[in-house]
Amino acid sequence: MTTNSLTTSQGAGRTGDKVFSGAALTAGCLILAVLFGVALFLVVQAIPAFVAPAADIQGGQGFAAYIWPIVLGTLIAALIALVIATPVAIGVALFISHYAPRRLASGLGYVIDLLAAIPSVVYGAWGAAFLAKEIAPGYDWLANNLGWLPIFQGPASATGKTILTAGVVLSVMVLPIITSLSREIFLQTPKLHEEAALALGATRWEMIKMAVLPFGRPGIISAVMLGLGRALGETMAVALVLSSGVLTASLIQSGNQTIAAEIALNFPEASGLKVNTLIAAGLVLFVITLAVNMVARWIITKHKEFSGAN
Amino acid sequence: MTLTAPVTRKRSALTKGQLPSYAPYVVLAVALVLGAAILALIGFNVFGWGVVSAILFTMGLVAWSGVVEGARKAKDKLATCLVVGAFLVALLPLVSVIWTVLVNGIPGIITPGFLGTSMNGVTGTLDNKAVEQGTKVLGGVYHALVGTVQITLLATVISVPVGLLTAIYLVEYGNDRPLARAITFFVDVMTGIPSIVAGLFAAAFFFAVVGPGTKTGAVAAVALSVLMIPVVVRSSEEMLKIVPNELREAAYALGVRKWRTILKVVIPTAISGIASGVTLAIARVIGETAPILVTAGFATSINNNVFGGWMASLPTFIYTQILNPTSPSNPGPSDQRAWGAALVLIILVMLLNLAARLIARIFAPKAGR
Amino acid sequence: MKATRFGRNAAIAVIAAGALALTACGSDNATGATASSPAAAGAKVTGTLTGIGSSAQGAAMDAWKTGFAAANQGATVQYSPDGSGAGRKAIIDGSAQFAGSDAYLKDEELAASKAKCGPEGAIDIPVYISPIAVAFNLPDITELKLDATTVAKIFRGQIAKWNDPAIAALNPDAKLPDLKVTPVNRSDDSGTTKNFTDYLASAAADVWTDKADGVWPASLKGENAKGTSGVVKTVTDTPGAVTYADDSAVSGKLGTAQIKVGSEFVKISAEAAAKAVEISKPAEGRAANDFAIKLDRKTTEAGVYPVVLVSYHVVCTTYDKKETADLVKAFENYVVSEGGQQAAADAAKSAPLSAALQEKAKAAIESIKAKS
Repeated sequence: MTTNSLTTSQGAGRTGDKVFSGAALTAGCLILAVLFGVALFLVVQAIPAFVAPAADIQGGQGFAAYIWPIVLGTLIAALIALVIATPVAIGVALFISHYAPRRLASGLGYVIDLLAAIPSVVYGAWGAAFLAKEIAPGYDWLANNLGWLPIFQGPASATGKTILTAGVVLSVMVLPIITSLSREIFLQTPKLHEEAALALGATRWEMIKMAVLPFGRPGIISAVMLGLGRALGETMAVALVLSSGVLTASLIQSGNQTIAAEIALNFPEASGLKVNTLIAAGLVLFVITLAVNMVARWIITKHKEFSGAN
Repeated sequence: MTLTAPVTRKRSALTKGQLPSYAPYVVLAVALVLGAAILALIGFNVFGWGVVSAILFTMGLVAWSGVVEGARKAKDKLATCLVVGAFLVALLPLVSVIWTVLVNGIPGIITPGFLGTSMNGVTGTLDNKAVEQGTKVLGGVYHALVGTVQITLLATVISVPVGLLTAIYLVEYGNDRPLARAITFFVDVMTGIPSIVAGLFAAAFFFAVVGPGTKTGAVAAVALSVLMIPVVVRSSEEMLKIVPNELREAAYALGVRKWRTILKVVIPTAISGIASGVTLAIARVIGETAPILVTAGFATSINNNVFGGWMASLPTFIYTQILNPTSPSNPGPSDQRAWGAALVLIILVMLLNLAARLIARIFAPKAGR
Repeated sequence: MKATRFGRNAAIAVIAAGALALTACGSDNATGATASSPAAAGAKVTGTLTGIGSSAQGAAMDAWKTGFAAANQGATVQYSPDGSGAGRKAIIDGSAQFAGSDAYLKDEELAASKAKCGPEGAIDIPVYISPIAVAFNLPDITELKLDATTVAKIFRGQIAKWNDPAIAALNPDAKLPDLKVTPVNRSDDSGTTKNFTDYLASAAADVWTDKADGVWPASLKGENAKGTSGVVKTVTDTPGAVTYADDSAVSGKLGTAQIKVGSEFVKISAEAAAKAVEISKPAEGRAANDFAIKLDRKTTEAGVYPVVLVSYHVVCTTYDKKETADLVKAFENYVVSEGGQQAAADAAKSAPLSAALQEKAKAAIESIKAKS
């Protein structure tokens, strides 16, 4: 993009350039190698589960029958988490970057960053011991008043340990990730764009809509993808919060299961073919992430023009 | 000449069509009263009161603004209410989590010896004694703290150079080549590796290369790196991308080499964001339980060698103390230690965060925005 | 420029110094014990023994580790409670010297173990017996009398209320509340679930039509939680809930059921559990020194509590090195000894092995040898 005839002719520093670009390239390739290693490991370990006779797989009806309910469960939990977390996280990021007083803002950013570090076991324990109990009466209310919707069909769980609670816990966990990245992006919005918008008489919201959000959109999508990665792969919190079971349409009954939690709950005691089955489940999760990311990439490339470097 | 009515009575033309400055307070008071009244009809609780009042406040302020100021200003007010509302909604669970950790963790952390000793020799018998006779809860997190610091440090030493260099390749050298696009794509895929799979992969890799049963802190660090690298790449890439092209072009125009431009101009400009991203990446992996359990083993005594022997870590310590209490019949002391360890972990991340900010400040260019 | 460079160096120095300082302090002596000269007789062993396996044994392992280290200075045992399956895998691939397992080796695992454990493969030694309680949360009721069929019906969701005639018939004196029955099971694959379903599948075969398995039957809809502590917490929080859990973890707030054996009801106790193991027969097709036990769930013998979990240590019959073999022998001998079993009982409230079983186990341990 920026080859300058003034610099190319000079000899000094050329080695530096070569070494540096070489190192960057090697790092990139190393990542590909690691990922290839992980994929290879997954595939090799998963093959026995794919070729095994249907009766030997957990549930006795083959791998497909075993995996699809928990694939759906994983997607449901992640979807709930993102639906709750994304608007809230963008709101919080905007609050910190454009609404809160500057002094308060840096402190708040700091607190939010910290929250990403609370181990998932703690979120799980909090969700199981505190949130589930507090939220259970709300589920009763939903079952009584909105029970005609399939997703709120009663009777509501007595313990409150449902997929919706798990989704809420996941949303709390991904919130700091999305917030933290979006905030950094929003802060980098060119000041000139913002001031130009304000000078034209735009209100603060119009300024955000015209200058900040379009600039930050690819970054927001990246942040949401990172959050989605965490929500899809989160094991311990879901394992502790969710009272798992067969695929259930109602979000306020016990039931459903996610792939990562299924692996975490069953791996320690597994032996023989069951280990292969669980690793195959891991491979499926991997493929889901791959598919989701393809979609996200496609969205991001549509909004490329705002990136500073290209 | 007769004087007209005093000018002060007239509202200034500049503030015409604006809500008076006391408007939000009036609306808030009305909303609170109305909210209490509505809640009184269906059964009062503080949480519901807050929610109903907030909704009423938003509706009231927006409607008033719409009448006096027009639709554009009303929309602005609505957006402000929603943004602040989002912030308050986010605070609720976060404060609740932090409160739970503080309330449960402080009794553990103030027990003398908690930070300075390991769990070596602590058995259920001692815990039973602590509960039945009210003696001090013995055992501490020192071994786990040392393990977590060393494992995470090693993982960071592996991940940050690899991750940052990859991000540099993608932004500065990639030029949208197929390889760059492949790397970007697969980095995204890597964020979705379930943490247990990363652990199993690292364990299988070391079993094959070094020998069966190789479980050390270093294996865990490799497993964590697999989880950490994509986060570092992803966040650094975003930060490098938004460094204005003008800065690069200015440097090139002065005849500065590309690699020196990157080192001296691009990275320092983005360092605050990169540091924040690295902290986030550390935060992401420092609380991982499953991959450490299958790679670093489970130690109850101190091990200072990250390359040899089993190693404890704070998350595995918390996990086992909560799910497999040292004394099954009296889980109290174990719970206390677990929450204490969680608090220690959070404080540790806080310190790391401070360090990252310090580094960012030292390296960042002096001219601020 | 100089100032910044100084700042950078200072920052690096501070971090390095902090890391160094952290490794310098701290102590492994958490209990304030003074190094006493060991009183234990017999040959001294040294070295590090690595075990992986059952988390159910975790609390007992802590006690054994401590007791063994106190008696043999220079010998340490490390144990990672990764799970029984992981433990059995580890002994088969040679990454651990012993495994803790809630189930004895399967036949194919036994065959696979011959690669690393010598021509006779690995053997199972019962070391940890824990009675499984049927625990419930009912106001003012601390004991109920139940038989296998009723328990099976409760956990299958066929009994909806606590004042159901089936329960009332067994408990004519109890004031049963009109409360919904909420069965809570383990969400994770566990030895406890396996032993409990094994009991139901053999003692109430007409009601419990599923096979014994470590995973709760997926067709049954119900509440569940992870781990023993998880189910106990859930039941404690939910009136009308009932679960099965290792007796040691059942707190005073929950009631426990007496189980009908033969014609009488047996209260849960360590002795009754140990007796259930004693009267059971060894599993068939095993080597002479292997103590895999096929528990007799349908027993009618008096004073036997049949819902028990037996956890094993799986050890090799042949080790590569003599030091390892000696270390394993010394450790396992300690574990099955009177002192070791009592230490576990104090720490984990397990049921000690009976004297007869201890003798048999010791004979098996003696057969462990090194490759010559």
